[in-house]
Amino acid sequence: MLTLKKLTPARIWLLIGYAAAAAALFSAPMFLSDFRLNLLAKFLAFAIVALGLDLIWGFTGILSLGHGIFFGLGAYAMAMYLKLEAGGGKLPDFMGWSGLNQLPWFWKPFENFGFAVLMGILIPAVLALFLGFFTFRNRIRGVYFTILTQALVIITTTLLVGQQAYTGGTNGVTGYSKILGQSIASSDTKRMLYWITAAVLIAVFILCRYIVKSRFGKVLRAIRDGENRVRFIGYNPAVYQMVIFTISAALAGIAGMLFVLHVGIISPSMMGIVPSIEMVLWVAIGGRGTLIGAALGAVLMNWAKSEFSTTYPEGWTYFLGAVFIVVVVFLPNGLMGLASKFKLGKGKRRSEPEHDRVEYPAV
Amino acid sequence: MEVFTLQLFNGLSVSSILLLIALGLAITFGLMKVINMAHGELIMIGAYSTYLTQNIFKDVLPPSLFDWYFVLAIPVSFLIAFVFGLILEMSLIRFLYGRPLDSLLATWGVGLVLQQLARSIFGAPNVAVTSPSWLNGGVEVLGAVLPYKRLFIIGLVALCLLAMYFYIYRSLEGRRMRAVMQNRDMAACLGVSTRRVDAMTFAIGSGIAGIAGCALTLLGPIGPSLGTYYIVDAFMVVVLGGVGKLVGTVLGAMGIGIFNTMFEYWTNASLGKVLVFLCIVAFLQWKPMGFVAMRSRSLDS
Repeated sequence: MLTLKKLTPARIWLLIGYAAAAAALFSAPMFLSDFRLNLLAKFLAFAIVALGLDLIWGFTGILSLGHGIFFGLGAYAMAMYLKLEAGGGKLPDFMGWSGLNQLPWFWKPFENFGFAVLMGILIPAVLALFLGFFTFRNRIRGVYFTILTQALVIITTTLLVGQQAYTGGTNGVTGYSKILGQSIASSDTKRMLYWITAAVLIAVFILCRYIVKSRFGKVLRAIRDGENRVRFIGYNPAVYQMVIFTISAALAGIAGMLFVLHVGIISPSMMGIVPSIEMVLWVAIGGRGTLIGAALGAVLMNWAKSEFSTTYPEGWTYFLGAVFIVVVVFLPNGLMGLASKFKLGKGKRRSEPEHDRVEYPAV
Repeated sequence: MEVFTLQLFNGLSVSSILLLIALGLAITFGLMKVINMAHGELIMIGAYSTYLTQNIFKDVLPPSLFDWYFVLAIPVSFLIAFVFGLILEMSLIRFLYGRPLDSLLATWGVGLVLQQLARSIFGAPNVAVTSPSWLNGGVEVLGAVLPYKRLFIIGLVALCLLAMYFYIYRSLEGRRMRAVMQNRDMAACLGVSTRRVDAMTFAIGSGIAGIAGCALTLLGPIGPSLGTYYIVDAFMVVVLGGVGKLVGTVLGAMGIGIFNTMFEYWTNASLGKVLVFLCIVAFLQWKPMGFVAMRSRSLDS
């Protein structure tokens, strides 16, 4: 849509906007207390998941309710490293409680930070590739795929809860003290981690933007709007769907790793059905099909949640339920759709995505 | 031998409950392509309706009649869930036709609200429903004791299935429903009020969910999030069974229920679920549309 050659005023404003947002992100530690900074860092990690989800839902039209799992697996990979680092050669406490007296073989390599990070990306990606391979190839899509992802969430969480000796069960993995030799609780480390998260978010945003603007991204949108036509033209949609689903899962894994660093705990309840569908809501409220919308939606919703859910727990649930309904019925393109309706976005916008509109089949 | 009988019976019992829950889903999904995530909450509504019926019997009527409350509770649960379903369809679902994924999200929101409502009205802790005394005990078959409650549920499900069969395949309303399912435009051209058929179908599906809730009160205490335990499994039944024909749903429910019980017996609860999931994915390699798919020449059905 926009190339470097055409520096229209709209594009200049857009670039200024991005630069300002990036500057604000990086200077946030100067204005926020440690507590607020930590919260913001958590929201930024969530924004990364939202970007990944937007790639497959907003741009490819596949709804995954399983991103909590990819997020959680990334988080567990990092948590395993942190737990071993905190133990300093000793067995993690929950293993002792469950009667293990030796570190399981698959925990061993997680003593290495680099390995843990690699696994935090690879495990979700491979799982997604596996699921994608066995579904997209058979043209299992739409709601069928969505339901399968939801089932994946259920079995993974029950597995994590059930294998308490290896995973910490319902309590999850917590009790970290050090990362790469640094104390994890010190405000210097926290600030550093915040900057890393912000940098990763910006990098992921640029990556997603690149994907979306590329020829590959164009095929994705074509799949969203008319999968069969894409097939007839000679593309194999399954390959594209698999690749984007895998990328999306890897991004969720990265987000999960960052999340653990800021929050200090991961447990099955943070990656179950409810968190997974809430992730989808962030994208929906921000505006599916717009990257900035997805990221903003994640930050906004989580900010609102942290402000209100503890003071008004009941009201929050009603609000959340109402948001689901209102966004879907009245704001299918989210807040960004609303903004573009009121011409807040200066540049010409892409025509509204019309995905999910399945005609009733004629026999 | 008795272990085998017991396992088979347990599998059948789980299947029957899944079937009762999936029945409504399969119909609404097959007919309207609507994924109703609030189905679990309709089950919850049915369960609380039973609870209320029980309380009324306890407080108002003489104790000698108490045992018969359950007979009344079944139609009451059906009716209340039916009305809820009708309201839901008329106020929300009808704006979501043709957008299955969106309907999933919106109904999830409805589910959240209904759950919270139940929490506000009845309180968050589970409440117990006393089963009628004529359902206590069991019958011994081949050395295994089969509880009357579970037998009763299996019977109830068979009855519902039979009623659904007659409704769908032997009644005028059912014929209209099938017509709309197979070719909406043509049915509309021939004078079938698709709006009315949609509303009726959704309401009936909801009503069956109410009966499922009523049945669940026999198996344990009930709480606001009762439905969520079953909803994903029930959707898997629909995926496995395919949409459009009752027999698919029955096969799907039997498959999941029996394999689940078997695998859980051989391994453990969490690994059993994983195995069932893998089996389903493997099965879908062979039949991507489930056991029974409606034949259609359209590409996107």
